[in-house]
Amino acid sequence: MSGQTPSQTVGPFFGFALPREGHEVLVTDATAGERIAIEGRVFDGDGAPLNDALIEIWQANAAGRYDHLDDRQEKPLDPAFHGFGRCPTDESGRFHFRTIRPGTVPGPGNTLQAPHINVTVLARGMLKQLVTRIYFEGEPLNADDPILGLVGDPERRKTLIAKRGNGKNGTYTFDIRLQGPGETVFFDV
Amino acid sequence: MSDPIPYRREEKGAQPPSLYPPYVSTVKRAPRQPLVLMPQTLSEVTGPVYGHDKVMPDDSDLTRQHKGEPQGERIIVTGRVLDESGRPVPRTLVEIWQTNAAGRYIHHGDQHSAPLDPNFSGAGRTLTDAEGRYKFVTVKPGAYPWRNHSNAWRPAHIHFSLFGPSFLTRLVTQMYFSGDPLIPLDPVYNGVPDKKAAARMVSRFDLEATVPEWALGFSFDIVLRGREATPMEH
Repeated sequence: MSGQTPSQTVGPFFGFALPREGHEVLVTDATAGERIAIEGRVFDGDGAPLNDALIEIWQANAAGRYDHLDDRQEKPLDPAFHGFGRCPTDESGRFHFRTIRPGTVPGPGNTLQAPHINVTVLARGMLKQLVTRIYFEGEPLNADDPILGLVGDPERRKTLIAKRGNGKNGTYTFDIRLQGPGETVFFDV
Repeated sequence: MSDPIPYRREEKGAQPPSLYPPYVSTVKRAPRQPLVLMPQTLSEVTGPVYGHDKVMPDDSDLTRQHKGEPQGERIIVTGRVLDESGRPVPRTLVEIWQTNAAGRYIHHGDQHSAPLDPNFSGAGRTLTDAEGRYKFVTVKPGAYPWRNHSNAWRPAHIHFSLFGPSFLTRLVTQMYFSGDPLIPLDPVYNGVPDKKAAARMVSRFDLEATVPEWALGFSFDIVLRGREATPMEH
């Protein structure tokens, strides 16, 4: 057995190395599925926006299949969708993605997971990444989702649910609060 | 559908806590609520496979990205990416970034007065080969001051970012240089509770990796979370 290499902070100066133009856009014209945009801001315990965070997302395609060898479901892959996105926050702490609404995927046992996007948060001042999930407001399957169900407090559960944007079709808002009032639920996986 | 074979959990002591007050920026950025323990599902045991952009050969040679050669001590950094069972992690993306030899990042936010080097950007990427091996050519980064506490200096380090085979194997870390007197004073390094585990982040001078009359060599192996058991093949 070899021991795990420890995690260290991404620091403030990754901007010239990790983000690339267009990595926040997961779709092309050929991608199947309902187009959505996700916008959000990242805040610290004082409510101050983080201008030096990096948000990464990983999600299934519209049919509910991950573009990965370990997903052996008999659902179609989409050659125009790979499911990974990366976006640094800007001066106001804002990030945004253009993607599709993912399909449902299996959960533990014979459960079904509601459509969700897996999120990794990296930043200066974070010695290791935090993991959370984006679910979607108005999705009936949220009520029975096995992971949402692990969060006992309904107020805290709400931090995992992206809100429909005002007036803009297919736009969702998902803010991430690292600490304090409205602190986002983060998972130990 | 059967449940996926899980990955091992975080090794106790080897991974830093979110809150480590000597590293002052953690104080307002660490969650105060406990993390919610969850089972690993298909969403976590899968993960992004590199494929968005092509990695070019010169991406792993940081001394050849400009017209001239950068200032500083030319070095080779090489090693293997492995899982906890010692199995290689092949074809995985390794991204690095660092200061120049003077201790200055090209990043616009770096206000250190040390000079920029017009021949050095400090970002590289490569894919591991079938045995999990990677190799970069670069220059030795410099130490630099930061404002964490009075007279605080970061030891020379190279940032590493890796994906591995799943969402759970994502790792961002830093590689240090053995013998650096700043290491024991560094609150980022010291955020790792288990000192033996922290020492895994210190690269080893490796005469074998050295190219005579050209560059010094350093070895740095990286171990990502591994699976509980080998998946059964059907």
